Amino acid sequence: MPSDDVLVAGLRAGDEETFACLLNGWSGSMLRLARTFVSTAASAEEVVQDTWLAVFQGIGRFEGRSSLQTWVYRILVNVARRRGTHEQRTVPWTSLLPDEGPTVDPSRFRGAEDPYPGGWRAFPERWPTTENEVLAHEVRATVAAAIEKLPPRQQVVLTLRDIDGQSADDVCVLLGISTANQRVILHRARAAVRGHLERYFTTAGAES
Amino acid sequence: MTCAELVELVTAFLDGALDPETEERFVHHLSICEGCDIYVEQMRRTVAEVGQVGPEGLSGETRDRLLDAFRTFPRD
Repeated sequence: MPSDDVLVAGLRAGDEETFACLLNGWSGSMLRLARTFVSTAASAEEVVQDTWLAVFQGIGRFEGRSSLQTWVYRILVNVARRRGTHEQRTVPWTSLLPDEGPTVDPSRFRGAEDPYPGGWRAFPERWPTTENEVLAHEVRATVAAAIEKLPPRQQVVLTLRDIDGQSADDVCVLLGISTANQRVILHRARAAVRGHLERYFTTAGAES
Repeated sequence: MTCAELVELVTAFLDGALDPETEERFVHHLSICEGCDIYVEQMRRTVAEVGQVGPEGLSGETRDRLLDAFRTFPRD
């Protein structure tokens, strides 16, 4: 992705290549983010569409105090909130209880009666590298499916942090959640995806 | 720090958000525990693999409509 200066200049000048590049790069996470506020996929598409229309209108006033992406995503959150309220659907981002419980099955650790309580009963098995193109493809499919299975809040935080590469601070501001909450949600999401990968590699290993 | 405790701190560790004392215990534990070393490596790998996932996209229809709107948006 080009630098913000280039992107902003492109949007202002009406450069179609710039806009197509943004559409390709950001639409996925924008849809995911929208989806946590509105009830249908069609509605989420409209939120993304209305966001871009608002961006065309507002780009002349963009001052670069945040990154362009953060600015666009804030507009999206506002558009989506308005529509979500309308549809009576709101995922409670604020005042939310972090999900409880350990992210790794407690039975994998030694119990209180053991000389080493809380230690691994058996180490996790090492995963193979995925230089092989077929395997790499399967891993990507496994990860994509695992993300789809996550609760919406976890999907959004994981997408913003690990696919879009946004900072923890930006994500907290964007979603209006505390640093601690953001981290708990992200950790649960990553641990869940790791679990799916582990099951995949264990099975794939058994087959080969 | 036990292994069961360490696995819950991996994201905070990767974000550099542990307090110095906890970070020291975390790093010390990692240096002597192969199981946790593997676990942290797998979390790093998970983050990297998530980053490889191609984003889903808008429908062709919405995309065309937006490209069209962008093309015809009045600019001064």
